[in-house]
Amino acid sequence: MTVQPPPWGRLPNAYLTPGSSSFAQFLSGQAPELMPGHQAAALTNSLGADQFRHGTTVVAATYPGGVVMAGDRRATMGNVIAQRDIEKVFPADEYSAVAMAGAAGLGVEMIRLFQTELEHYEKIEGSTLSLDGKANRLAGLLRSNLSMAMQGLAVVPLFAGFDLDSAEGRIFSYDVTGGRYEEHAFYSVGSGSVFARGALKKLYRDDLSETGCVTATIQALYDAADDDSATGGPDLARRIFPVVAVVTAEGYRRLPDDDISAIADQVVSARMERPDGPAAPLT
Amino acid sequence: MSIPFYVSPEQLMKDRADFARKGIARGRGLVVVQYSDGIAFVSENLHRTLHKISELYDRIAFAAVGRYNEYENLRIAGVRLADMRGYSYDRRDVTGRGLANAYAQTLGTIFSSGAEKPYEVEIFVAEVGDSPRDDQIYRLTYQGSVADEHNWAVMGGSTERVEAYLNDHYGEGLDLDAAVRLGVSALGHDTEITRTIPAEEVEAAVLDRSRNQVRKFRRLSVADVQHALDSGEPEPAPDTDAAEPTDEPPAEGGAGSNGTSGE
Repeated sequence: MTVQPPPWGRLPNAYLTPGSSSFAQFLSGQAPELMPGHQAAALTNSLGADQFRHGTTVVAATYPGGVVMAGDRRATMGNVIAQRDIEKVFPADEYSAVAMAGAAGLGVEMIRLFQTELEHYEKIEGSTLSLDGKANRLAGLLRSNLSMAMQGLAVVPLFAGFDLDSAEGRIFSYDVTGGRYEEHAFYSVGSGSVFARGALKKLYRDDLSETGCVTATIQALYDAADDDSATGGPDLARRIFPVVAVVTAEGYRRLPDDDISAIADQVVSARMERPDGPAAPLT
Repeated sequence: MSIPFYVSPEQLMKDRADFARKGIARGRGLVVVQYSDGIAFVSENLHRTLHKISELYDRIAFAAVGRYNEYENLRIAGVRLADMRGYSYDRRDVTGRGLANAYAQTLGTIFSSGAEKPYEVEIFVAEVGDSPRDDQIYRLTYQGSVADEHNWAVMGGSTERVEAYLNDHYGEGLDLDAAVRLGVSALGHDTEITRTIPAEEVEAAVLDRSRNQVRKFRRLSVADVQHALDSGEPEPAPDTDAAEPTDEPPAEGGAGSNGTSGE
């Protein structure tokens, strides 16, 4: 096939042939060169970490009525800060969010494919996939990316959504081999994830409100930025704050910058008093 | 023995056109009405899950009448083309005009090639713009011709009476409920005897520019349609309706014969 998609001429026969409702499958048959990282698979030796952008830390946490997903804004290339305002949290469809850490170029491309995949299924079939179905599709896309993970181009996504059947927020984590794991309460991936998870361990409670849950994730990202050089903290000088998305029964919603900056300002001013953040009770 | 009969190209095309037109007229009608916040599609459909109206892309919808398997095939091909282009370029680069063109080329080639039977379908591809002036509605016929429609359009079933009704009753700046009501009562005026179509037998969907999401397509539920039918008195109330058509049919009684046989 050609490198370009077909022009607006006659529909090619393959388009008119009944087939799968998976866009990724259709794409790999019709225009395999458009699959994420198609050319990268031809690399004979691994790229150095300073040759492409890395996305760093993303966190997710559930609360009664929904799930919150937040990502810092830093992308690195080796020791260099490559970008200060990268976005790593995206809507997957109306009731789910997806974020990524790792090779940023490949990750963004994979998320675009995943978004198209869900929308395509919805339009062809006339119904939406279950939340587990969506989580499994993402695992499938990762698995087809395995050869690139072996070259050092690993992408680690985090998927969260509101399950309309059980009426609760749920979180799924992945590894580069396409393994899919359901997480409870909260989770984090990326270079600063160890610190973010440690922070959430102490801050998380089952009965958080939406604002409480958003605050907890911003605290966790602050702690990640505090100890991991690749994670960006709130940039007060440039007014750049984490991207925060909330998914509830009403659907996906990205919080407005004003709301996040208000919470981030509170978090930062409290850290002026106590740099290590709020203290949890000993027992 | 084996010498084929000579058939003139004119006759061949006419036969194929007649064949397609008959197939299309056999189905039930579909109406597109522009309203202040977008474009409404209304059709008579007894099947709740076999849709005539569906989403192609963010601002673009597809509606068809005729043979289900044929237009379903075209719909899926359109979704694939739209998603393929949106994925490889950008969401904004998927246009209603482009899709209409692709369908026109496809239908035209099939119609004039001797190998395949012509598709017995008629299609609307509509794209909602930022204001009613920017809305686009394309009508595609079985032979691949494209027409640009405004305000309202009809296809399938016996269209003449429905067109006459819409011509008399359409006014710009309708709200959604009024547009759905107009569409449903127009479909009910397809024969001499005015029918009242119940909400359960109406398939309706809109491209709603006021929708707060990138994807503007939305199906209307039976409750939505019922609400629209209940909300206004002027046209759809059965009593006033019954009075109206008794005046109309005698005026054009001669043309009635083929309308009644259609249903």
